[in-house]
Amino acid sequence: MSRRKTERLLNLVICLLATRRPLTAEQIRQAVPGYDRDSDEAFQRMFERDKNELRELGIPIRVERDWEGELGYRIERQAYELPEIKLEPDEAAVLGLAAQVWQRAALAGAASGALLKLRAAGVETDEASARPFELRVDTPDPAFPALWEAVRDRRVVRFDYRAAGRGEVLTRTVEPWGVVSRRGRWYLVGHDRDRGAPRVFRLSRIAGEVRPVGRPGQVTVPEDVDIRAMVDYQDKRLATPRTATVRVRQGTCQGLRHRATATRPGADGWDELEVTFHDPDRLGAWIASLGADVRVLDPPDLRDAVIRRLKGALA
Amino acid sequence: MSSADRLPRLLALVPYLMSHQGAEVGEVAKLFGVTEKQLIDDLQLVWMCGLPGHTPGDLIDVSWDGGEILIDNADTIARPLRLAVDEASALIVALRMLADLPGFDNRDALARVIAKLEQAAAEGAGAVSNQVAVEVDAVPDALATVQDALRRGRRLSLRYYVPGRDEITPREVDPIRVVMADGRAYLEGWCYRAEGMRLFRLDRILGVEVLEVPANPPEEAEPMDLAEGVFRPSPTDELVELEVTAAGRWVAEYYPCEQVTELGEGRLRVALRARDQDWVVRLALRLGDTGKVVAPAALARRVAEEARAALALYSDGS
Repeated sequence: MSRRKTERLLNLVICLLATRRPLTAEQIRQAVPGYDRDSDEAFQRMFERDKNELRELGIPIRVERDWEGELGYRIERQAYELPEIKLEPDEAAVLGLAAQVWQRAALAGAASGALLKLRAAGVETDEASARPFELRVDTPDPAFPALWEAVRDRRVVRFDYRAAGRGEVLTRTVEPWGVVSRRGRWYLVGHDRDRGAPRVFRLSRIAGEVRPVGRPGQVTVPEDVDIRAMVDYQDKRLATPRTATVRVRQGTCQGLRHRATATRPGADGWDELEVTFHDPDRLGAWIASLGADVRVLDPPDLRDAVIRRLKGALA
Repeated sequence: MSSADRLPRLLALVPYLMSHQGAEVGEVAKLFGVTEKQLIDDLQLVWMCGLPGHTPGDLIDVSWDGGEILIDNADTIARPLRLAVDEASALIVALRMLADLPGFDNRDALARVIAKLEQAAAEGAGAVSNQVAVEVDAVPDALATVQDALRRGRRLSLRYYVPGRDEITPREVDPIRVVMADGRAYLEGWCYRAEGMRLFRLDRILGVEVLEVPANPPEEAEPMDLAEGVFRPSPTDELVELEVTAAGRWVAEYYPCEQVTELGEGRLRVALRARDQDWVVRLALRLGDTGKVVAPAALARRVAEEARAALALYSDGS
């Protein structure tokens, strides 16, 4: 944006805020320096662009008809201005804590923009004070900004998605209901139009760009939907706990020993452990990683899972 | 800062100057994230603007003699713009995350701030922030003890599990702070065993005790810059290359990789820095047929040897 344009837009904002009655385009052309006085067409184009840019910044420009039926423009002060806001010291402290969460993540600019406006309004936020507590959230997935916007604008999205554990990439069309961060991973929750059902997607498996589809405002989030619970469901499908019996070499497998619910020391340099687990594949992966220091006695499916991994590593 | 951000900056700058008459150029520039030169240029621009008519009496009056900024005749834009939906939501999502923090005792203040922000925002911010959630893991028992040590300035004695080496080691640590990153809690402190600053994941602290010794970290014990994430491999660690199948792609998500190359059909070649070879061997065994070490070759041979030795345990028919 050129300096002249910034100046013109600032004058336009002041002009539209100062007027009590709507101003016609022609009146604005006369009142705001920088608009073309010669060509009507050039002025119209410029004025249209300026209005759009101000609206994108969140400046509410109203269009009203005056008593002669002519279109006029103004900014309603109440819709524009940050209302009086005052924070108690404890409120300022929690806001300061919250403001640091995004830091260099995708929403850092939005969070600092908000703080700047609050400070401009004379609200003191407590940011400087050293605290023995630091909070941060990262948004490493390139898909995050586009999905945040889609959620905000209630807009359908389309993207290429790599199914878990398989190489195939399929295009999915989704009505986004929300995004959730769990253990450092971001998930998109929404209605999958291709499957005709609610689905959870991991942002890291989205390949390439997220494209908006259709117009904003077309997504309705069902009232009873609990986006966190939907991610939960993914996590906890294998719910019944089982018990494994494993033999571990003495002096090794510290992590497994810590997890064990029972330990029977042996005389041959090996101890026997009982370990509770849900998913044989997950525990099998852990046990395989411990190599020749551990042997599964039971159950057979866990034992097979370990042998499969080890054979795979040998191939 | 791109020039497209300039107008929003000016619309915040003017109200700031109105409510902080006599503010210093350097201070304001820092607050707004611009150079002093840029700030002066902003002030010169503002000084050219004002009410229609643009006679001297209509224009904004601003001076910065001696570095103190005074502003007048800017009543029309004396209040900042409402918070945009993005801006308010970013803060509200973060505030809700605080509410989930164990040991966070000021939930009342949180609710009040959220209500105030929703009021200060453009329409729709409340709804959007309901659709974005950052979860905090259930917090390990260690947190209360760690916080107690921080409050009283005491040294901690830990039993800490390192999964990469499958070791439990005793450590004495002078705690500096607690870091919540991506929903997980870490203790950051000076570790006397490592003689350096370290992060300890709270859920891997198997035992913790406050020692009746004052924490007394050396002068170089500065909090780490975590902007690049909590795992930070050293550039001197050995570079290892792995090839993983679609089912092994989690490696590239979970560990910081120096290089990730798509090989088609979801397969990847990743290059990462490994602190020690044992860790790589464990990773390769865990991956099974979903990934293998391709370089260095000696390490690939070690993986095969270890797999063979482990399989031998099952070869007796039992």
